[in-house]
Amino acid sequence: MTEQNTNEEKRDPGPRTLILESGLTEKNYWSDLWAYRELFAILAWRDVAVQYKQTVIGVAWAVIRPLLTMIIFTVVFGTLAKLPSEGTSPYPVMVMAGMLPWFLFSTILSQAANSLVTNSNLIGKVYFPRLIVPTASSIVALVDFAVTFVLLLGLMVILGALPSWQILLLPFFVLLAVLAALGPALILASLNVRYRDFRFIVPFIVQFGMYVSPVGFASSVVPENLRLIYSINPVVGVIDGFRWCLLGGQADIYLPGFALSLLVVAFFLWLGIRTFRATEKTFADLF
Amino acid sequence: MTSDIVIRAEGLGKKYIIGHQSADRSNTFRDVITQNVKNFVRGARDMAQGKAIIAGDELEEFWALKNVDFEIKRGEVVGIIGRNGAGKSTLLKVLSRITEPSEGRVEIKGRVASLLEVGTGFHPELSGRENVYLNGAILGMTRAEINRKFDEIVDFSGVEKFLDTPVKRYSSGMYVRLAFAVAAHLEPEILIVDEVLAVGDAEFQKKCLGKMQDVAGQGRTVLFVSHNMGAIKSLCRTGILMKNGTVAHTGETQDTLDAYSRQLARSSEQANQRSSLHVERLVLDFNEVPKMKIQLAGLAVPSGTYEVRTFLTAVSGTAVGIGSVGGFGSKGLEIQNTQGKMSLSLELPNLARDIYLVTIELVDVKTHKVVSRLNLDEIDFAPPPLAGENHSLDASWGLGFNRLPLSLEMRD
Repeated sequence: MTEQNTNEEKRDPGPRTLILESGLTEKNYWSDLWAYRELFAILAWRDVAVQYKQTVIGVAWAVIRPLLTMIIFTVVFGTLAKLPSEGTSPYPVMVMAGMLPWFLFSTILSQAANSLVTNSNLIGKVYFPRLIVPTASSIVALVDFAVTFVLLLGLMVILGALPSWQILLLPFFVLLAVLAALGPALILASLNVRYRDFRFIVPFIVQFGMYVSPVGFASSVVPENLRLIYSINPVVGVIDGFRWCLLGGQADIYLPGFALSLLVVAFFLWLGIRTFRATEKTFADLF
Repeated sequence: MTSDIVIRAEGLGKKYIIGHQSADRSNTFRDVITQNVKNFVRGARDMAQGKAIIAGDELEEFWALKNVDFEIKRGEVVGIIGRNGAGKSTLLKVLSRITEPSEGRVEIKGRVASLLEVGTGFHPELSGRENVYLNGAILGMTRAEINRKFDEIVDFSGVEKFLDTPVKRYSSGMYVRLAFAVAAHLEPEILIVDEVLAVGDAEFQKKCLGKMQDVAGQGRTVLFVSHNMGAIKSLCRTGILMKNGTVAHTGETQDTLDAYSRQLARSSEQANQRSSLHVERLVLDFNEVPKMKIQLAGLAVPSGTYEVRTFLTAVSGTAVGIGSVGGFGSKGLEIQNTQGKMSLSLELPNLARDIYLVTIELVDVKTHKVVSRLNLDEIDFAPPPLAGENHSLDASWGLGFNRLPLSLEMRD
């Protein structure tokens, strides 16, 4: 018993008074979020553990989906439409390098947007900072990403397009992809609780986004005078960054566009967190 | 806040907007279309204003809690009682931060853990072991804490053989035992519990009650909602009686329970005044065979042949039994020149202790139509123990509603 108490005190120095009032924003929100990090870890682990349960080929799904998409895009855009690749890099590698961040982005977007509804039983019965739910669900996408990344490395070795030092900067762009997805995902997740219409809208956004973003083709295909406008889509900056890292400098980053993408990512992240925090206290009433 | 008050609620209120179908909704194609268009316009307008969409044709404000004030001291074990819909669960949800109050404020000192359901977050595909960690983390335990108590939890649950089996293969009893075992090892400063003791078999219930008593004995503050008056009586020192979203009574447990039974008696009187048929007197007679004696008045029916039925239903909604005069193939009961009075006596031998609902119906045998119906709400049936025993069967133990008469003969 005594051991237990000292342990609790270590974690929670002195009882602080918690005040519940209508519309009162939580002062200790971010430190609370930190205190609940173990819950974050275990929810993320749960989603990963459950992801491929009761499937026959299991984690192979994380390979097959991008592989087939890559083949189709290479045939349609590279062979039939004869679009140019970035520099001298093989078309399949170029497509794969763009698809990696796209799948990361879109999986996080759709998983996180639905996460509150799929976890409604938790939200209605226990308190925790609700931000944990959508962020934890994005970890699954990172695990799939890691598997697909190995596939890409294999492809690069086979096609002889080895990466150079730029690949060391890849973690930064992975983080950028996650943040780019989380901003809109948080908005969609909070809206989805109120209006289930968004359950139907999200798959549409994902499908539409794949053709609007430079997944199957290189961004250099876009006319120079339109590139800045094109970069309003934050995924453009992310994909360009990925290609720059992975194609060994064959693809250039269009800097003004990249800066704009960064700004858009930051703006959506800010708006997402703000929307989410403004509505999270009512989630339990709406299920 | 003085140091020994750990929870203080002031003017607490919680409002919900509820929608219903309008009563005169007609079903012609044109009306359905107009109503749907109206609802669509309202939905779109609500969405534009960022409001939630509520199904139904008419909206109404509903205060689940209103002007709730109370104080709870450190180490107090408080029972919260009241009828269904009195606001008990909403109060617990507000206190455990699941939902935000609409007005007023609450001050809470200390780490709160709430147990509104056993097995929150259990995932069917994961094994028992994995679910212990998952559920523990959801209830607010740290990984180190769960590691330390893991053996104790498994021991308490009695499912050690199936720890590595997915819980979807568990029987419902095993599932509940494992879930409660995790919850029973929570050690927060303030524990909020909603009607979770009503699970498992009798032996396990006893274990749970014992565990709750331990927790209460350790100087922790516990808020406890239950319909099981026996559990409230044995666990709690003070009680809060909720009625229509407000606090109707606070004080010693026994006083609060008394106030509750007075409230129940009053409300069934009021309900009866509305219909012409009403109860003049209702007595539970526990001499020899327990009987419910009901004197009815206001029987305004034309002369004819009738059946009188008495339905007994448990608070949980389970039908317990039916008593009938004039039914089951008999010719019916002739009622002529009635003076509007009738006495019923329903024998309830071996019935377990619980809260029951009684419905009395008068049925015209020829047309099979219910001529008159009377609902008696929440009758607290608390029989004394039988000869030589010191417990009477409690329905909340999960053994059922009837003591089955058993006799035994010793032979040499």
